[in-house]
Amino acid sequence: MFEKSVKITASEGLHTRPATQLVKAAKGYEADITIIANGKSVKATSLLKVQTLGVTQGTMVTIAAEGAQAEQAVNELAALLAAME
Amino acid sequence: MIKGIPVSPGITFGKAFVYQATKFTVPLTTVTDDQIDAEIARFLSARAATVVQLEAIMATARINFGDEEAEIFEGHIMMTEDDEFEEEVVDFIRNNHKCAEAAVDFATNEQCAVLHALDDEYLRERATDMRDIGDRLIKNLMGIESVSLGDIDEEVILIARDLTPSETAQINLNFVKGFITDLGGRTSHTSIMARSLELPAIVGTANVTGLVQHGDAVVLDALNNEFVVHPSPAQIDSYTTRQLAWQSEREELSRLRTLPAETLDGHRVELCANIGGIHDCAGAERNGAEGVGLFRTEFLFMDRDHLPDEEEQLASYRAVAKAMNGHPVIIRTMDIGGDKDLPYLDLPHEMNPFLGWRAIRISLERREILHTQLRAILRASAFGKLRIMFPMIISVEEIRELKDELEKYKAELRAQNHAFDENIEVGVMVETPAAAAIAHHLAKEVDFFSIGTNDLTQYTLAVDRGNEKIAHLYNPMTPAVLTLIKQVIDASHKEGKWTGMCGELAGDEAAALVLLGMGLDEFSMSALSIPRIKRLIRSTRFEQAREMAARVLTMPTAHEISEYIESCCQ
Repeated sequence: MFEKSVKITASEGLHTRPATQLVKAAKGYEADITIIANGKSVKATSLLKVQTLGVTQGTMVTIAAEGAQAEQAVNELAALLAAME
Repeated sequence: MIKGIPVSPGITFGKAFVYQATKFTVPLTTVTDDQIDAEIARFLSARAATVVQLEAIMATARINFGDEEAEIFEGHIMMTEDDEFEEEVVDFIRNNHKCAEAAVDFATNEQCAVLHALDDEYLRERATDMRDIGDRLIKNLMGIESVSLGDIDEEVILIARDLTPSETAQINLNFVKGFITDLGGRTSHTSIMARSLELPAIVGTANVTGLVQHGDAVVLDALNNEFVVHPSPAQIDSYTTRQLAWQSEREELSRLRTLPAETLDGHRVELCANIGGIHDCAGAERNGAEGVGLFRTEFLFMDRDHLPDEEEQLASYRAVAKAMNGHPVIIRTMDIGGDKDLPYLDLPHEMNPFLGWRAIRISLERREILHTQLRAILRASAFGKLRIMFPMIISVEEIRELKDELEKYKAELRAQNHAFDENIEVGVMVETPAAAAIAHHLAKEVDFFSIGTNDLTQYTLAVDRGNEKIAHLYNPMTPAVLTLIKQVIDASHKEGKWTGMCGELAGDEAAALVLLGMGLDEFSMSALSIPRIKRLIRSTRFEQAREMAARVLTMPTAHEISEYIESCCQ
């Protein structure tokens, strides 16, 4: 199990465009990926569920993954989150 | 007067077009066991049809609005095809023996409810997207066709209870001149699209649909949040004047954007933006910034319980480097201290945090912080044009030590085959009287200075700006501070280096010409101030500015200085 935490700096939090990019990217890995924020944990491959996390600017988000590409998934998705505007 | 939330600026006149979305009632038909599979198949087929429609809308949106707005619909498509949503719909059909329409309505309501319960306004707005998708699915299941806003064929102002993103995407800009709605908020996708179309819009009026009839003459003033039905001739005149003034100011600012910050007699300076993160870069570009004169990195260290690691910092710096498209970005290393709460740094409680263990002092003692930050900046420098700036410097010893460390980290990165800009420029943020006093020494050690006038003024005048009793003594336009500024600029020029300014004074119109005349090479400010300062510089002669600066530097009092500047700008 790999895990990484990132602080969201984008002024609109995880808004639709980057959330879409994140979910799209998450679907491409051979791994079970979860996103944890505000005490909730959801599958990273469901845009509907990711929206319900309530991620805003300043929220600490954790990406966790298990499976063949877990480490790569965690590193790349964390980097994607950190770079969001 | 009708009022709401103006979400996209502008003024427009026209005939009202009152838009009614197609109404429908969700059927609650029961299905038998052997009909369940067929019902699920109906859902999947309606879903496919929905996706096809959304793809068409996305294509239209890409042409009318651009890639960013088109991608809103990519999100909608993803939501439509969401696995969890499908599971909820299918389970509902199976467990409740009801038709697909009822199942979709249920799953949509569930999702909307969760979104409505969130604290953040932006996220609550996403419920509108979900509703738009759910309704489209249901209408496809029921075989109902929607009225399309794309069918409007005369110039109108759109009045509606609410506009969904897919409805807004179909607006024909040749005919729709603006819109006003009962519902909606600033961050709804509809408002975002209005802004990118530069279509005047007011939302959240609560009741506008009840107060206008189809065909009424109306005025929509989204600058001043005014909406008038049946305007009188006098009102029409007054709004027309406002409209022309608005258009001409916009045109001027947009012209300015690509023009250089050059005086009438050909003296050129650089106007840059101060930013707190990547979210400020779009505003910087929009206002014609030629670069970033100060990228504050504190946000990466605050409101968290552990230090940001190299990868996280790299991602942030790289994003900004790329977003600024080759324009220079000055990154300032961590500049915080005891006045802010950073539990993981274990900051001592100090009597005088502003004269205490802060900024570069922390970085030099807790070497791992410096190491991580400089490595991240260096690695990010491969993606754009970055410069490093060290805050709160007071001695040549400090800067030499920092440069030595930087060389060590460069060697490390070379050994690890990480690309970076070998010639990355290094500068000092001049914010202490010490740095100003030894500017002639420091100028030999670095590539540039950037004057942090806020702190420089506080330290030089020994004034705590936050202390109400003496805050009135804080004034950068005093002989003491201006003399130091001139000293710093001259010291840099003597060594063939340059001086910028990232404190508030750089964006101050009253100070601009004096600073220009003193030889300041770069002004970095909040992006919104750039056009005004540029306009000022472009309408001045450098010779004039030089004279002004020379005169000001002979004056013994701040009062004399401010009177003189006011008289010059008559």
